[in-house]
Amino acid sequence: MSTQMSTATGQPEPTTFYLEEEHHPEQGTMLGFWIYLMSDCLIFAVLFATYAVLGRNYAAGPSPKDLFELPLVAVNTTMLLFSSITYGFAMLEMEKGKQTNTLAWLAITGLFGLAFVGIELYEFAHLIHEGATPQRSGFLSAFFTLVGTHGLHVSLGILWLVILMVQVRQRGLIAENKRRLMCLSMFWHFLDVIWIGVFTFVYLMGVLQ
Amino acid sequence: MSLRPFGLLRGFALIPLAALLSGCNLVVMQPAGDIALRQRDLILVSTGLMLLIIIPVIALTFLFAWRYRQSNTDAPYDPDWHHSTQLEVVIWAAPLVIIIALGAITWISTHTLDPFRPLSRIDSSRPLPEGVKPLTVEVVALDWKWLFFYPEQGIATVNELAAPVDRPISFKITSSSIMNSFYIPALAGQIYAMPGMETQLHAVINKAGTYEGFSANYSGSGFSRMNFRFLGVSNTEFDAWVAKAKSEGKALSRQDYLALEKPSEREPVRYFSAVDNGLYTSILNMCAVPGKMCMNEMMHIDAMGGAGKDSHENRERLEYDNRHAVAGDEAQAATAPASGRPARSEVKPEGVTSGGPEPSRGHESHGDHATPGMKHDGPAPVQLNQ
Amino acid sequence: MFSNLDLQKLVFGRLTLEAIPYHEPILLITFAAVAVGGLAVLGALTYFRLWGYLWREWLTSVDHKKIGIMYVILALVMLMRGFADALMMRAQQAMAFGPEEGYLPPHHYDQIFTAHGVIMIFFVAMPLVTGLMNFVVPLQIGARDVAFPFLNNFSFWMTVSGALTVMLSLFVGEFARTGWLAYPPLSGPAGSPGVGVDYYIWSLQIAGIGTLLSGINLIATIVKMRAPGMGMMKMPIFTWTALCTNILIVAAFPILTAVLVLLSLDRYVGTHFFSNDLGGNPMMYVNLIWIWGHPEVYILILPAFGVFSEIVSTFSSKRLFGYASMVYATVVITILSYLVWLHHFFTMGSGASVNSFFGITTMIISIPTGAKIFNWLFTMYRGRIRFEVPMLWTVGFMVTFVIGGMTGVLLAVPPADFVLHNSLFLIAHFHNVIIGGVLFGMLAGITYWFPKAFGYKLDPFWGKMSFWFWLTGFWVAFMPLYVLGLMGVTRRLNHFDDPSLQIWFVIAAFGAVLILFGILSFIMTLVVSFVKREELRDVTGDPWGGRTLEWSTSSPPPDYNFAFTPMVHDGDAWWDMKRRGYSRPLKGFRPIHMPSNTGTGVILGMISIVFSFAMIWYIWWLAAATFVAMLVVTIAHTFNYNRDFYIPAEAVVGAENKRTKMLAGHV
Repeated sequence: MSTQMSTATGQPEPTTFYLEEEHHPEQGTMLGFWIYLMSDCLIFAVLFATYAVLGRNYAAGPSPKDLFELPLVAVNTTMLLFSSITYGFAMLEMEKGKQTNTLAWLAITGLFGLAFVGIELYEFAHLIHEGATPQRSGFLSAFFTLVGTHGLHVSLGILWLVILMVQVRQRGLIAENKRRLMCLSMFWHFLDVIWIGVFTFVYLMGVLQ
Repeated sequence: MSLRPFGLLRGFALIPLAALLSGCNLVVMQPAGDIALRQRDLILVSTGLMLLIIIPVIALTFLFAWRYRQSNTDAPYDPDWHHSTQLEVVIWAAPLVIIIALGAITWISTHTLDPFRPLSRIDSSRPLPEGVKPLTVEVVALDWKWLFFYPEQGIATVNELAAPVDRPISFKITSSSIMNSFYIPALAGQIYAMPGMETQLHAVINKAGTYEGFSANYSGSGFSRMNFRFLGVSNTEFDAWVAKAKSEGKALSRQDYLALEKPSEREPVRYFSAVDNGLYTSILNMCAVPGKMCMNEMMHIDAMGGAGKDSHENRERLEYDNRHAVAGDEAQAATAPASGRPARSEVKPEGVTSGGPEPSRGHESHGDHATPGMKHDGPAPVQLNQ
Repeated sequence: MFSNLDLQKLVFGRLTLEAIPYHEPILLITFAAVAVGGLAVLGALTYFRLWGYLWREWLTSVDHKKIGIMYVILALVMLMRGFADALMMRAQQAMAFGPEEGYLPPHHYDQIFTAHGVIMIFFVAMPLVTGLMNFVVPLQIGARDVAFPFLNNFSFWMTVSGALTVMLSLFVGEFARTGWLAYPPLSGPAGSPGVGVDYYIWSLQIAGIGTLLSGINLIATIVKMRAPGMGMMKMPIFTWTALCTNILIVAAFPILTAVLVLLSLDRYVGTHFFSNDLGGNPMMYVNLIWIWGHPEVYILILPAFGVFSEIVSTFSSKRLFGYASMVYATVVITILSYLVWLHHFFTMGSGASVNSFFGITTMIISIPTGAKIFNWLFTMYRGRIRFEVPMLWTVGFMVTFVIGGMTGVLLAVPPADFVLHNSLFLIAHFHNVIIGGVLFGMLAGITYWFPKAFGYKLDPFWGKMSFWFWLTGFWVAFMPLYVLGLMGVTRRLNHFDDPSLQIWFVIAAFGAVLILFGILSFIMTLVVSFVKREELRDVTGDPWGGRTLEWSTSSPPPDYNFAFTPMVHDGDAWWDMKRRGYSRPLKGFRPIHMPSNTGTGVILGMISIVFSFAMIWYIWWLAAATFVAMLVVTIAHTFNYNRDFYIPAEAVVGAENKRTKMLAGHV
C-alpha cells in the first residue's frame, strides 16, 4: 500500500505514459499449454480417485490378481519410457537445427507409441475375451476408463506427432513448428508421468496387494 | 439523481409481515419433536449471531449512501483515503469472532444432533429413563411411496407411520431404486434414503398429533405425491393401531413386496399384518428377488479378493437396476400425453400392467434395454397412436 | 434381418417422428414463435445483405471485444428462455393445489425445472461472466487481445453449441427430468432411459470444454500480457477477480468433464460407476459433481465482486478502500471454495465430524466475503457518490446479498441444514445470492461498460426502471420462499395438498411478474438508448470519470485497443494518468500486429451440434462422420500458418485522428 501511496503523491514525475515501440508481450503458449496439461491432469486425478473408490468393488468377479499380467505391462511401460527418451533426442536434434535427424527420432517415438497402444489393445481384447468387460464390475469400469483414457491420449499424441512431422517436412524447423514440437514434448512426457502412476497404483499395487 | 431507500425498506417490511401472516403453520419453527426443536433453536441462535453483523452492515450501507451522496457537499470528501490498519483489523476480526462462536456451536451441535446418535433425552426437561428401548422402524423409500416395517410388532405399513409420544424412535432407512430423503419436519431433520445402503435417524415425538412426512429429494415423476402421515399417539392408541394393522391387513410376502415395489403413485394407506422373514434385510441388500445375490454376500466375496475369472453367473445374480426395464415403454416425446405420464421406464399407463417381476438377465449393456424406439415389445406409450 | 425397422434404426438411431412434440400446444406455439422469429431475422439479414458483414466482422472475429459482446448477447437470449421456464414454474406452483392439478404434468414440469437450472447457470450466468471478462480484462491490462485469440473464438462457439443443443431438446425429444445436477441413479440408464439426460450431458460437455479453454486463455492473458509497470498488486480488482475465477475454472471444469464422461459411459456403454448394482457408487457422483459445482458458484460470484469494486470506487470518486485486503480476500475465497463441497449433502450421512468440518470451512468463507462488503462500505465513506444506474445496482446488491449470505451461513450449520436442506428456503437462499449477487453484478457491469463497448451510454430512466423492478421483484418473489421453507415445503414439487400455502406461491408468482417487468425494462433500455444514441454519445471515452485503463481509449475502442501500449505507475492507472496531466500522443503511430479472423471456430461449433445430436439419438454413422469432420477441420486449421497481419500505420493514423477530432469537437 505504501508504495502505491508514494507513487500517487509527490515523487519525481515519471515521464513515460506509454511505450513508443511496438509492445511484444511474452509468448503465452507454453504457459497456456502447461495450464491445459494441469487441467488434463485433473481429469486423470478424477479417474484415479474413481479407481481408488471402486477399485475393490469386484462384484463377486475377478480381481487384479486374477487378471493382470505384469510382464506384459512391464514391456508396455518400457515402450512408453523409451518413446519419451527418443522424443528427448528429437528435441535435442531440433535445438541443433537438424531437420532430418529430428524427423527420424520423431518417427521412432511414434513407433514406440504405436507399440504401446497395440499392446494395450491386445491386453484389453484379452480381458474382454475372458469376460472381464467394463460392464462386469465397478472395478473393471474404473480400470478400463482410467487406462483407456490414457491410451486415447497416447493415440491422439501419435496423430499429432504425424501431423507435426508433415508440417516440419513442409516448412522446416521454423519458430512455430519448434513451439509446437515443444508443446507435444510436454504432452508426451506428461503422459509418461501419468503412466507411471497407472503402472504403480493400478498394476503393481493391484497384483501385489 | 436521488437514492430511494424507502423502496428497499419496503422489501424488509415483508419479513415481519410474513411472520405475522403465516401464524401457526411454520412447522420448522414450531416442531413437535425434541430433535427438531433443538434444530429450530440452532437456527434462531445462528441467525441472531449473524444479525449482529448483518444489521449494522445494512444500516451503514443506507447511512453512507445517503450521507455521501454527491449533492451533499457538506459531507467530507477524501478521494485518496483508502487504507486504515485499525479499520482493516476490525473488518476482518468482527466476522472472525462471529464465525468462531458459530463454529464452536456448529461443532458441538453437529455431534449432539447427529442423526446416527441414539437419544439421550426425551425433551429439554426429561432425560431418557434407564432401560427404555427405542421403537425400531425400518423405512424403505419405494417409487413413489413409503414402506415402514415394525420388526418388534411384526407389522408393516405403506404411507402411514405411527409412534408413541415420548418414546425414542430409531429409524433405519434405505431405498429400493432412487435416492430419496426421509423427512418429517415436525419430528426431526431429514436424512437421505439410498439404495443398497442404510442411514439412520434417532428422534422422538413429544406432542400427540398427525404430522406430514414426505420425500425431500426429487426422485422422479411421482415425487410430488410421495408423502405419508405420521401419527404421534399415546401408548394405548399405538397398541390399538398395531392391532388394527394386524386385523385389517394381510401378510406381506416377498412376491407381494415385488409387486408393491413397482413404480406407482398416490398409494393409499395399507397395512400388513405380518412380514416375510428378513424382507427388510433383503431389500437393503437388493436381493428381494429370489435367486439374486445379496450385497452383503457380494461385499464379503470382494473383501476376500473376488471370485476369480470363472464367475460369470454372479453378474446376472447381481444385476438390479434394470429389473423393470422393458424395451419400448419410454415415451420419447418432450411431454406426456394429457392422459397419463410415462415418466420413467417402469411406469406404464394405467390399465397396462404386466405380471410378476421380470428381471432382465444376461444382457451386455444397459443401453440395449433402455433403447426406446422402433421396437415396441412392451406396451406402447399412449400418444403414439399406432 | 434387413427389415424396414432395422434400416430405419441404422439411419435414424432412436429418432422417430414421435420425438417431435406435436401433441403439446405450449411447445407448438413456442416452436411457431421461434420459427417465425427466426425466419424474420434470417430474412432481414438476407434483405439487408448482412450475411457477409456478420460472417466477416462477428462470427469469425477473434477480437476479444466482439467475442465478449457476443457472449453477452447469447446470455441475454438464453435469459429469456430460462426466465420463461421460471414463469411457468411459478404459475404451476401458484395453481396446483388440492384437486387442482395445474397445467403442467410432472413429465413436463420436471423438464422445466431442470432446464431452468441448467440454462441459468451454464448459458446465462456463465456467458455473462465470460463475456464481461473477455471484453474488459484485455482493456484493463492494456493489451491488444487475449493470449490465444483463435481459441477464444472457438470457446465461444462451443458455448453456443451447448446452448443450441439445449434449445434443440425443446423441439426434438425432451430434456432431462433429473434436476440440474442429474444425480444418479435417477439419471442413470435405468432411471432415465430417454434422451433427456443425453441432451443434458452433451450440451454441458461441449459448453464445458469451451469454458475450460476460455479459462486457460484468460489466465495466460492476465499473467503474460499486462502492460509494462502493472505488477500483480497494481492490477485492477476486476482483473484480479477474473484471474481467480479463471483459475477456479481451470481447476474445476475438468472435474465436470470427467464426471460427465463417467455418466455417459454408464449410459452408453453400461459401465458401473454410479449404478446401484455391480459395484457402482452413486454417492461418488454426488461428491464429484459438487467438487466442480461449489467452485462454480464462486466462478460466478467473484467477477461480480470485481464489477462492484470497480463501480463503487468510480462512482464514489474515490480510491477503493483496502485494495490489498480485497485481493487477499479474493484469493482466500478461491482456495476455500475447494474445501466446502460436502455442505451440499450433509444429509447423506457422512458423520458428525466430517459434516462439521465442511460446515465450518463454509462459514470461514463468510469472513473474507464480509471483509469485502466492509471494504465497499468504506469506499463509499467520505466519497462523493453519484447514484447512476451501476451504483444503484451496487447498493441494491449490498443490501440484498448480505441476507443471502446470512441464510447461506445458516445452511452451513449441519443440524440446521437437516431441516432446511432441499426446502424452498434453500431455493430462496441461492436465488438470493445468484440474483442479488451475480445477476445484479452482471447487469451493473453491462450498464457500466456499455458506453465503452458501443460508444453511447444506456438510458438512465429505463435503467432505473429495470433496477427497481428487479429489486422489488426479487424480494417479492423470494421472501415467500423463505417462509415456505420454514413451513417445511420442499423443492421441485409440482402439486401441493395444503391450500394454506397457496397465498405464498401467489405472492411469489407476482414477484416473478415484477421481475418480468424488470427484464422488459432492460430491453427497453437497450432499444431507447439505441434510438437516443446521439444524445447519449460518449465522445471522451471516459463517461464516468473512470480509474482504470479501459477508460483511456476511445469508446468504442479501435480494433487494436491502444495505439501505444500504456505504461502503468499506479493501481488506478488511468486516474493516475489524468491526475498527472497525461496528454494523448498524436503522432508517431506504427503498424500494429494483430491476429486474423478465422471461420474454424464457428465451423467446429456447428459440427459439434450435429455430433451431439447424433450421439443423443444413437445415429452412430452420423456421430462417426461428424467426429472425423471435426478432426479434419482441426487438422486443416493447424496447416494455416498465416494467422496474423499488420494494421498499416496509415489506418492507425486515420483512426486516431478521428478520435482527436471527436475530442476537440466535444471540448
